[in-house]
Amino acid sequence: MKVLMKGNEAVAEAAVRGGCRAFFGYPITPQNEIPEYLSRRLPEVGGCFIQAESEVSAINMVYGAAAAGARAMTSSSSPGISLKQEGISYICGAELPCVIVNMVRGGPGLGGIQPAQSDYFQTVKGGGHGDYHMLVYAPNTVQEAVNIMYDAFDKADAYRMPVMILGDGMIGQIMEAVELPPIKDPANFPKKDWATDGTGVGKDRRIVNSLYIEPDVLEEVNHRLFARYDELKKNETRYEEFMCDDAEIVLVAYGTVARIAKSAVSELRAKGIKAGLIRPITLYPFPSEAINAIAAKDCVKSFITTELSMGQMIEDVKLAVNGLKPVDFYGRTGGNVMTPEDLVNYVLNKEDK
Amino acid sequence: MEEKIIIAGFGGQGVLSLGQFIAYAAIADGKEVTWLPSYGPEMRGGTSNCSVVVCDKEVASPIVARPDCLIAMNKPSLYKFVNNVKEGGTVIVNSSLIPDKVERTDVKAVYIDAQELALQAGNARTANIVVLGAYVKLSGLFQKELVAEMIKNKFANKPKVIPANLKALDLGFEAAGK
Repeated sequence: MKVLMKGNEAVAEAAVRGGCRAFFGYPITPQNEIPEYLSRRLPEVGGCFIQAESEVSAINMVYGAAAAGARAMTSSSSPGISLKQEGISYICGAELPCVIVNMVRGGPGLGGIQPAQSDYFQTVKGGGHGDYHMLVYAPNTVQEAVNIMYDAFDKADAYRMPVMILGDGMIGQIMEAVELPPIKDPANFPKKDWATDGTGVGKDRRIVNSLYIEPDVLEEVNHRLFARYDELKKNETRYEEFMCDDAEIVLVAYGTVARIAKSAVSELRAKGIKAGLIRPITLYPFPSEAINAIAAKDCVKSFITTELSMGQMIEDVKLAVNGLKPVDFYGRTGGNVMTPEDLVNYVLNKEDK
Repeated sequence: MEEKIIIAGFGGQGVLSLGQFIAYAAIADGKEVTWLPSYGPEMRGGTSNCSVVVCDKEVASPIVARPDCLIAMNKPSLYKFVNNVKEGGTVIVNSSLIPDKVERTDVKAVYIDAQELALQAGNARTANIVVLGAYVKLSGLFQKELVAEMIKNKFANKPKVIPANLKALDLGFEAAGK
């Protein structure tokens, strides 16, 4: 049965159903419904909810709980995610699974509280220090956010790395009908033979750490992580194509902006302009091969990347297109959101030139 | 079909819940829907609005620039959005708080004395439900009985307020038919 739920609350419920039993966070708009919901819901399933004294402390609680083998998560919005970066780098260095939700708002600084996509660089290019990546999803509907959250802990466990769900103020605040999947039984979760849960003693002593003083040892860690990222690229890259078969102008957008772009594509088609859309669902790994394949098609004349930023994902689009076709940009910032009409007019003006 | 609605007014007028009732009814009716609130630093007395899109297939853009229907609960909201309404669209005006007439001649303007009708229904706080009733009548999207069910579900734990809300729905529905 479908129920009408707010994005934030639906993500929170999906987390519980996907096995989350520990949440640590600090309030910030526009994601407050996630901790609010979990503060009531987690105790019902024997889980743990703590409102920490700061974002720094919350992410380090996630570090600790993940090290002990729990399915732990945190959520925040842009300024709060900035504060968590040190902890995220440590968690990646310690090869621990967890889930982090970022309902992005405008920046830099405290910025605003309205939707934005200006944390793309921070999310996929690091943010914290060191050579690391996370598995990054950008859902565009509440249902997709639910489905991704539901399996996020499985992915995090499988690859022993954080999964980040990158939403925006809109996906957090919107209400849509969702089908909630059944609650997963923790008895079926994979055993964690590395977790510091008190079972390893003597020879099998378990240590969770991100400090590797010996250069050769650290280099081995770096290579191990990157071998895992190669696996991610092979197995986890996800994207959606919409009307790309005969498209001459291909829009590239992620998250809620992709829905606006989808409406724009339909309007352009109605006006006789062959538009299409490619929507990365994973931002890391980025669907570079799919974009490159489209760029190589004779019918494709140009790409337009559209984002709620001054242009961040466009760099990855350009790398993927690799000079085969021009890549233009249309963006809004500050918490303003483009309408489908804005995109249609941008394309029509470009066509006139 | 695709119906795009903007509902706007003061915080505290029940603007967001009015939109939610439309969303609940849409789902119960087997349609797809998005409900997107403005979530600025609003407070009681500040301005508040939400965009609702009802569609028979998956809703693409939840952002509404050109609504089929504007529900304006106060004067600033009317002037903020009235020029965006599609040609041939509908503007529902809460005439209890808005003495002005809609100047555009290419839209259908309907004036509902929501406050007065809410008092007649027995609860001053049901003005949003009066307007919901008017919307149900004007849009023809759902059966009134379906929306009445949504109201009963929503207030299941506050059964005391159900009769006044159902009466408000009826009064708004009738007022829009006049």
